[in-house]
Amino acid sequence: MSKNQNNLTNEQRARQARLSVLATASSDQLKALWHRWTDANGAPEYTLVRAPEIGTVMVRGRAGAVGAPFNLGEITVTRCSVQLANGAVGHGYVQGRDKDTSLAAALIDALALGDQASALDADIIGPLQAEADGKATERAEKAAATKVEFFTMVRGEG
Amino acid sequence: MSDTVYQGGFTNPPQDAAHAFRATMQAMARPGTIETIKGGQAPRPVSSAAATLLLTLCDPDTGLYLAPGHDSQAMRDWVTFHTNAPLVSAEEADFALGSWQALQPLDAYKVGVPAYPDRAATLIVEMGSLTASGSKLSGPGIKDSAALNLPEIAAFQANRTLFPLGFDCFFTAGDQIAALPRSTRVEEAA
Repeated sequence: MSKNQNNLTNEQRARQARLSVLATASSDQLKALWHRWTDANGAPEYTLVRAPEIGTVMVRGRAGAVGAPFNLGEITVTRCSVQLANGAVGHGYVQGRDKDTSLAAALIDALALGDQASALDADIIGPLQAEADGKATERAEKAAATKVEFFTMVRGEG
Repeated sequence: MSDTVYQGGFTNPPQDAAHAFRATMQAMARPGTIETIKGGQAPRPVSSAAATLLLTLCDPDTGLYLAPGHDSQAMRDWVTFHTNAPLVSAEEADFALGSWQALQPLDAYKVGVPAYPDRAATLIVEMGSLTASGSKLSGPGIKDSAALNLPEIAAFQANRTLFPLGFDCFFTAGDQIAALPRSTRVEEAA
């Protein structure tokens, strides 16, 4: 995937960012925001291209974000693909086993391919992104507070 | 991407795949028997039996070779979306799909190695029709003899001499499927 990063169009980059936020968002918050959206805008009509299904993916990491990639462990993932009445196909991959969440993510992806992208970004993706950023900052601050500065006493030579 | 890429998967994956797998296994265990499998629908010109077979057998660990005539962008996208099988060359393929002419030359495919005869290719040969007439089949899984309209005989006789190595074949037409494992002896009809 990363080797193709440079060839992506702006639309693809935006979609990638959107799916990334949806994939890592908290299930409850995503569903709450999605319900608020459907209450305001109506639920879209869709057909299931691939019904929600649960599987696992291997998460890889790099030591210090620079070393060679290693397999950290598998996480549970639920995926789903939908097609809207206008033909747009959306894919949702989310952490965990909640099928409704993956369906909501797929619908958000499909709707964002149309003219509702900016509204969706403002109402759903933005708050989720802010939440994720907040958590990351909080964790970084907690970690920073426990940082220990090591130093070595200069040992005299005589 | 056209709509057909996303269509044609199993509507009820666990049951449909189990039914198709059962029929596929029967076909391979009883060479020459014609079974019916359905549930999959790939972009043209792939038959529904071949599409169902791909949905049943292919996954991210099995390389698939699409022979000329079956190798279209729509088909590549369909395979990727529905099975996530990597698309590879004939030399690396675990499965190969195409007409008999398009699948040639046959010596390109893996036949396994003596320690691992299972590391061989399985060819999915698209046919115009399947009938229980023509070449005479005998060997494991066949009581006395069976008949099937094979596209040729010499290639399967040569493949039989490699036993326990060799490739295996499925033949598909419409929603029908038959199989010819490497263990079957093929002769001209008497």
